[in-house]
Order: sequence, then C-alpha cells, then structure tokens
Amino acid sequence: MSQLSIHNLQVQRLLPVNLEVLASQCITLSGPSGCGKTRLLRAIADLDPHQGEVRLNRIAQRDIPAPQWRRRVGYLPAEAAWWRERVGDHFLNPDPKRFETLGFTLEWLEREVSRLSTGERQRLALLRLLGNEPEVLLLDEPTANLDQASARRVEQLIDDYRQMRQAAVIWVTHDEQQHKNSAHHYCFKDGKLELHAWS
Amino acid sequence: MELILLTPWDLSIAALLVLLLAGLSFHLRLGIEKRLAVAAARSALQLGLLGLVLKVIFAQSNPITIGLLTLFMLLVASYEVMNRQQRRYHGFWGMGVGVLSMFLSSFSVTLLALLVILQVDPWYAPQYLIPLLGMMLGNTMTGVALSLDSLNQNAWQQRASIEARLMLGHDWQTAITEIRRNALRTGLIPILNAMAAAGVVSIPGMMTGQILAGSPPLEAAKYQILILFLVSASIGLGSVTAIWVGSKHLFDERQRLRLDRLTRPKH
Repeated sequence: MSQLSIHNLQVQRLLPVNLEVLASQCITLSGPSGCGKTRLLRAIADLDPHQGEVRLNRIAQRDIPAPQWRRRVGYLPAEAAWWRERVGDHFLNPDPKRFETLGFTLEWLEREVSRLSTGERQRLALLRLLGNEPEVLLLDEPTANLDQASARRVEQLIDDYRQMRQAAVIWVTHDEQQHKNSAHHYCFKDGKLELHAWS
Repeated sequence: MELILLTPWDLSIAALLVLLLAGLSFHLRLGIEKRLAVAAARSALQLGLLGLVLKVIFAQSNPITIGLLTLFMLLVASYEVMNRQQRRYHGFWGMGVGVLSMFLSSFSVTLLALLVILQVDPWYAPQYLIPLLGMMLGNTMTGVALSLDSLNQNAWQQRASIEARLMLGHDWQTAITEIRRNALRTGLIPILNAMAAAGVVSIPGMMTGQILAGSPPLEAAKYQILILFLVSASIGLGSVTAIWVGSKHLFDERQRLRLDRLTRPKH
C-alpha cells in the first residue's frame, strides 16, 4: 500500500500544489508546456529545492534518506539519460517478462545505448526504473515518442505494475484516452492545478 | 665557482629579445604584443619586489612577517585558482576551496620537508621556507585549478547523466564518481609529464638555478628529486582535497545536484 500526499508543495514561482494519490490509483496531469508539470514531478522526487510537504504513507520526505526516497518514488523524465555505453550496465536484475511486454528480449542488454532510437531509449528507461520496484511512479510523458502499438504496450505494463504493486501513479500526458482511463485528470490552469470535470 | 653577478645591462639584452618578439607579433598581427608587454613588465616588477622583500625578511627572520608573507602567497594562489575556473562557486566557496586545499597540502608538505627532511634550524628560516613553499604553491595551484575546472565543467555538461543516477537512487558520490576520477587525472597530468621529462628533455628550473649558482650537479640533482617528489605529493593532496570539497558542494543536504551554485562562464 502506497499513498502519496502533497501539501502546499511550492517550486520556484509556481503556486502551491495540494494533491493526494491513493495506492493503486493513477491520476493524469496535463497543461501547456512550461506550466510546471516537470518541475512538480522533480520536486516530488526531491531533485529540486522546494517548500511544502510530500509524504509517502504518512512519512515525510525529509525523514527518508534522499537515495532511498528516490528509489521508492520513481521518476521517469521525458528524456532519460544513460551514463554507460552498454544498455546492460544500467540494469541490476533485468526482468525478462517485462522486457517481453515492451517488445524487447534480454539480448538488448548487449546493445550500445548510442545506437538506440529515442523511443527504444524511452521504453528501456521505464524498464530500468521499474527495476527499483518503486512504490510511486512519476511519469513524464512516457509515450510521447512512441507509435500507437508501443504506446499501448507501455500503458499495459504500467497498468499491470500499478495493480500488482498497488503503486500510486502520477502520469503527465496529452493523450485523451489516457486521461479517461485514469482515476482523476488534473489540469494546470493559470498556474493552478484543477480537477478536470468530464462534460 | 663564483656566482656571476648580473648587471642591468645583462637584463636589458634579454629584454630586447622580448621586445623583438612583440615587434614580430605586431608585424604578423598576432595581437598579443600588448599582453606580452604587460606580462613581461609584470613579472619583472613582481620578481624585483620579491627580491627586495626577501632581502628584508631574510635579514629580520621574524616569524610574524614570514607568516604574513606565506598567508599572502596562499591568498594570491587561491585567487589564481579561482580566476582560472570557467565555472566557479558562488560567494565564499569560490576562493575557499582553493585556500583550504592548498593550505592543507602545500603547507603540510613544506612543514614536513623543513622539520623532518632538511631539519632547518629554526624551522621557519625564510631562506628555506619561502622558496620551498613557493614551489609547492605554484605547482599545486596548477593542479588544483585544472582539477576543479575539469570537475565543474564535466558536472555541468553531464548534468543529465548525474541526475539520471540520482533519480534511480544512487547516492551523490556514486553519481559523480567518474567525473571525480577524471578531474584528479587531469590535475596530475602536468606533474607526471614534468617527472617523465625531467633530466632527459628538460633540466628543471630549480636545478638549473643551483648549477648556475655554483652547486655541484649531483647535489643539485638530489635537491631536484626531493622537490619533484614533494611537489607531486602536494599536488595530489591538494587536488584530492579540492575535488572532495568541491564535489560535495555541488550537492545539497538532500543530495540534489545544485549547479546553481556555479557561476556562468564570462565568455
């Protein structure tokens, strides 16, 4: 069970954000670029200085050592970086099943990162993140560079993971269908986070 | 062998060569004649002053004046280190990293040389302390400056990789380990080259000076070996300290990469 609560979280010049994500719940975020979606996710992952409070199962962020916090609250940026040449150098215990779900085999571990396409890198970065078995997923447009079929596979994997681990998921996306599949859809309007009502 | 005393006339002949070089630069439009003139004048002035100051200090041998002079040398070296950085730390840290790392390395190595190896009496005898410390500081300054520059430049350029590792739960030391290692290597390259070339390609400045001043070559060589070893130790210690303190300062208490603690390059 993993519950993420955000109280008066404030990054740089953004307005304070209040948000609650329950275990096994997926909420989506949208809004024009530059409105602060990425900054919000980075603050939740504790990558940027911020004010306000973030709690995981009622334990405050500052009471959990930063590396441990980031393993439990996993953040997938829009473009994840790689620091070694080979894909496999970034994985500890690659899960063949998950690789398969996204259309990879473990042979991909031998490949060079520089030869992968943007979409391949994005999907592998998701697998790399899930390797930490995070309790909360912060996903910054994980299907932005993918074709329809790959996007569906990514959605499937995240959905399975969320249910299996009862993970809380915050998903930044512009895809209408992904909004509809989520528990709540929040929208940044004039710097404020608003619950989007379906008409 | 007598020390051949240099007359102003002798120095003028050498200065004429620098003027010729400046003329060449002007003729070929290299655009360095002004900087050359300033650098030449500056070095003449600084060395002349140093000679005068040392003359007084050697005569007095007063621990307080000697202490003040070493402090002055340390501050100038730290300022140079800061000045050579493309991206420096904001505020106090800009100078502080250099002061701390060079104080810990150059001063302790010099002290070791004076107390244990040379056994000078009194240990602060300026004829030994000042030139030794100068040599340590001058070389350590280069090593520390190169190390810090490499550390901060690479941290800036590889920001995405460092943060990717932080995101996956690596601690800050793991996330910056390769960059640190590279920085140390960069800082040590000049002294490694100097040691490799010593005596084969070049005769180091100190040994040249001693030979010109009349010392037997073997004695001069022994001194030079001692200096090279001490200098490498000082550079190593100084660079390690600077890299450790500097890289720690790139992260805050929540292990976030804080590149906002670095300034932007001026050009």
